Amino acid sequence: MSAPAADGIYILGINMTKFGKHPDLDTVDLGSQAALAALADGGVTVGDLGVIAAGNLLGGPGGFGQMLQKQIGQTGIPVYNVQNACATGATALRTVIMAIKAGECDLGLAVGVEKLSGAGLLAGGSRKDDDGTWRPQGRYGAIAGTDGRIGTVTMPGTFAQIGMQYLHRHAYDGAPFELFARISQKNHAHSTRNPLATYTKELTLEQIMGDHMVAYPNTRPMCSANCDGAAAAVVVSGERLASMSDEQRRRAVKVSASVLTSDPWTEGCQVLPDVNTLTRDAARQAYEQAGVGPEDLDLVELHDCFATAELVHYDNLMLCEPGGAVDFFESGAPFRDGSLPVNVSGGLQSKGHPVSATGIANVWEICHHLRGEAGDRQIEGARIGLAHVIGLGSACGVHILEAPAA
Amino acid sequence: MTRIPIVDYLVLEPEPHLRAHRCEACGARFFGRRNACAACGGTSFADAAVATDGEVTAFTIVSFAAPGIEVPFVAAIVDCDGTTVQANLVNTPADPDHVHLGMAVRLATYSMGEDAEGVEGIGFGFEPADAAVAA
Repeated sequence: MSAPAADGIYILGINMTKFGKHPDLDTVDLGSQAALAALADGGVTVGDLGVIAAGNLLGGPGGFGQMLQKQIGQTGIPVYNVQNACATGATALRTVIMAIKAGECDLGLAVGVEKLSGAGLLAGGSRKDDDGTWRPQGRYGAIAGTDGRIGTVTMPGTFAQIGMQYLHRHAYDGAPFELFARISQKNHAHSTRNPLATYTKELTLEQIMGDHMVAYPNTRPMCSANCDGAAAAVVVSGERLASMSDEQRRRAVKVSASVLTSDPWTEGCQVLPDVNTLTRDAARQAYEQAGVGPEDLDLVELHDCFATAELVHYDNLMLCEPGGAVDFFESGAPFRDGSLPVNVSGGLQSKGHPVSATGIANVWEICHHLRGEAGDRQIEGARIGLAHVIGLGSACGVHILEAPAA
Repeated sequence: MTRIPIVDYLVLEPEPHLRAHRCEACGARFFGRRNACAACGGTSFADAAVATDGEVTAFTIVSFAAPGIEVPFVAAIVDCDGTTVQANLVNTPADPDHVHLGMAVRLATYSMGEDAEGVEGIGFGFEPADAAVAA
């Protein structure tokens, strides 16, 4: 076994809970479950931690990280409560990595949790007050709610437009609805091998296209599944890892790139969010940090919050030639038996999207394969994987992970 | 009768058009109140009239929205001679047979009704450029 790089960063332990409905567990219960399991997976205890970064959006006021500590161990270490939309989990992970790189400590925990079961549409809505007169309000001097009157700001509608914009830019002459439905069909088929996914049913194209339309071309199964879930990762420095047991070193996964970006200004980005530029920027930086290229990847978990989003990120993560996302999909490459499997976990559409957990859960999925522990859905011989999330607003997290040295 | 636009960047007179804030340093265009330019940090802005003709570069047909919003409606992104605009497509059926990427559209206004003081709210959208001009 080769020695870990002293200045390297490693995932020592990692866990995700079952995604789905957990009516009897609250935010802290779910977070504790993932955190304790991640510590056990890494062979360490809460007393070993030097830092915690905790992500949660909808659990209510108060520091989620401290509430978690009150259940799993109040050791006096610093806690960073982080929020970054759907990139919250990746931001928590990145925060711990930064603390370790800065030399503040050599072992830390990132945790993300959300309870979303039964939640409906995220974002969008009318103005509530109505005193019977038109009265300009807000930054646009609007006299009425603008969602639904001046386009849409709902997530399904926004990401539908993002996918359609890609097809317009690259002169697609096929049938958009069917194309996106087939992408969704792939991920639902993948989910049948993932016991922790919210939905594990294979769906026919007819079932997907015939389901309730939410925002054309996205029907309900083409939207991310609202669910409850948590994920946590224990991160360690290479120097500390070198002093650990053979078993710990054998299963540690190297974080060869950890990048977080926001969206640089581009024309129109404040009208329709530009999720492309910041993802390309993050991918470019990540490949450079890791010293690998897209051709070296064995699997990718990308942020398919809607079927329309998956397509654009094939291109943004440079898994294909610029403009070649449709061809990449049609070639079969992103299927689990293809040349570059994408979202073998089932993705957000079937595995589910408990927002703040997602950016750690996708790293868990990659680690699972790199450790050779993914059971039925193992991508054989996987050595390098990439995990991507995007939080609208926007924040993009990309992590590249490498298998333990044999 | 007094009229009031749905948003302050819809200008009704003399002819309806949208008005952007254009950064005097770099030319970036924005809608809504500004603190500074997100592209270059400049703090001086001038008004810029946005072209009323445009091309649909993205759209969705929303069938599921918050309570009180009429569905289905077509939400679109329109390129108006280099300025990106968000709006509903109006005066066209909300189905994929009648709306397509690349379609030519033009600005159209409509009445949102009168308030308690008799002021008429004016909304806007984009309609197919080949639609008959309303009398």
